[in-house]
Amino acid sequence: MSADTPRENATTSTAADGRELIRFDKVTKRFGDHVVLDQLEFSVSAGKHVTLIGPSGSGKTTILRLLMTLLRPDEGVITVDGDHLTHEEKGGRLVPAGEKHTREVRKKIGMVFQQFNLFPNMKVLRNITEAPVHVLGMGKDEAEQQARELLEKVGLTEHIDKYPSQLSGGQQQRVAIARALAMSPKVLLLDEVTSALDPELVAGVLDVLRDIAHTTDITMLVVTHEMNFARDISDDVLMFNEGKVIESGPPEKIFNDPDHERTREFLGAIL
Amino acid sequence: MNWNWDVVDDFMPRFWDGVLVTLQALVLGSLLAFTLGLVWAIAQRSSKAWVRMPVTAVTEFIRNTPLLVQLFFLFYVVPEWGPAMSPLMTGVIGLGLHYSTYTAEVYRAGIDGVPKGQWEAATALSLPPVRTWTAVILPQAIRRVVPALGNYVIAMLKDSPLIAIIGAFEMLGEARAYGSETFRFLEPITVVGIAFIVIAYPASLLIRALERRLVR
Repeated sequence: MSADTPRENATTSTAADGRELIRFDKVTKRFGDHVVLDQLEFSVSAGKHVTLIGPSGSGKTTILRLLMTLLRPDEGVITVDGDHLTHEEKGGRLVPAGEKHTREVRKKIGMVFQQFNLFPNMKVLRNITEAPVHVLGMGKDEAEQQARELLEKVGLTEHIDKYPSQLSGGQQQRVAIARALAMSPKVLLLDEVTSALDPELVAGVLDVLRDIAHTTDITMLVVTHEMNFARDISDDVLMFNEGKVIESGPPEKIFNDPDHERTREFLGAIL
Repeated sequence: MNWNWDVVDDFMPRFWDGVLVTLQALVLGSLLAFTLGLVWAIAQRSSKAWVRMPVTAVTEFIRNTPLLVQLFFLFYVVPEWGPAMSPLMTGVIGLGLHYSTYTAEVYRAGIDGVPKGQWEAATALSLPPVRTWTAVILPQAIRRVVPALGNYVIAMLKDSPLIAIIGAFEMLGEARAYGSETFRFLEPITVVGIAFIVIAYPASLLIRALERRLVR
């Protein structure tokens, strides 16, 4: 996974698993003097579910936000499905990407946020159909049909005509998952999607995500503190510390027998 | 000086003419202020400095100079280069332009009040900028600021007599003209004063009701 680790062969970066879908190439991100990501290298193959773990401030969420183009890297190149996300080729040279190029590449990526971020001025149905209709050019009937199917999948069919404020946090988050899936992304980014929920609502959301992980071939990048969930759905787990991947491997290995002392400490503290 | 109802009767036809001018100035001026203010507010959030900076300069200038000076400028100076406009049209533009610099601030506060997560969700769904503004940001921003916009309509109502000075005889202008012709000021000015309350007070009640409904 990371070129810096000796575990490369045990991870998703090997071509044998399938096409490389996401690649970070020497990506650095700073906030002021603080270096959040330091020459980060890693890649994810199509269809894999990768969980990012590590102490807060270690750069996990920054990775998702860079992929969603909510942040721009200070150095390095991010590639998604063969296209540069933050750069485009002009006259054989890589230049910072224009808004149009970025938007095209970004369509392949969907994100579910910690705070749901549903549009409060739209009913559940329109939250889900808005982007397919106005970004993908899908017909209204088709988009509504798709929304109904997705709502059924997340178990919220009866709430289709409600406003987000009329739903519980767990229900809102399931709508947000449906909204992201409605764009048929190749990559789904899950940013601490259960952290803002009351404990009794967490299971419902995780069940929906497990179902998606097991029944679709969508690639997932997950930042979570729910280690059992990570163990269930992950093909690979990346342990971050101070802007670098210090260890990566299948969940059984990372959770049961990590090589790195820092990983042991971290897991000991949260499990 | 004694109150004379006959004077009131005599003044009434001109009073209604004045009411018509006041309401036209208020409605058209408000529409202009609401529209232009939104344009200023969005322009000031532009990532392009050549859009942002002139708009900031012009709105600051207008906000910090007296409305009366602006009305004189529009009425006496602008026609030297451009087409002359009727006093009422000049008044509408003056009021609308002046108040647009205040409504711009109101919109700006409303737009700033929309959580950052809404912009991020719009980006995550690749919504184009126009759609992000019209479907996501503005519906949430404007809902919050309707009461504040309403307060500026009342402020504009109270500033509307200024347009009489450039010849758009609204209520007070008619009262003053009537007074200088007949030397009776008590009745016309009193009638007009009451008329301002009759328009403004229900309007402020309406705004308060809107506030209860819209701002939660």
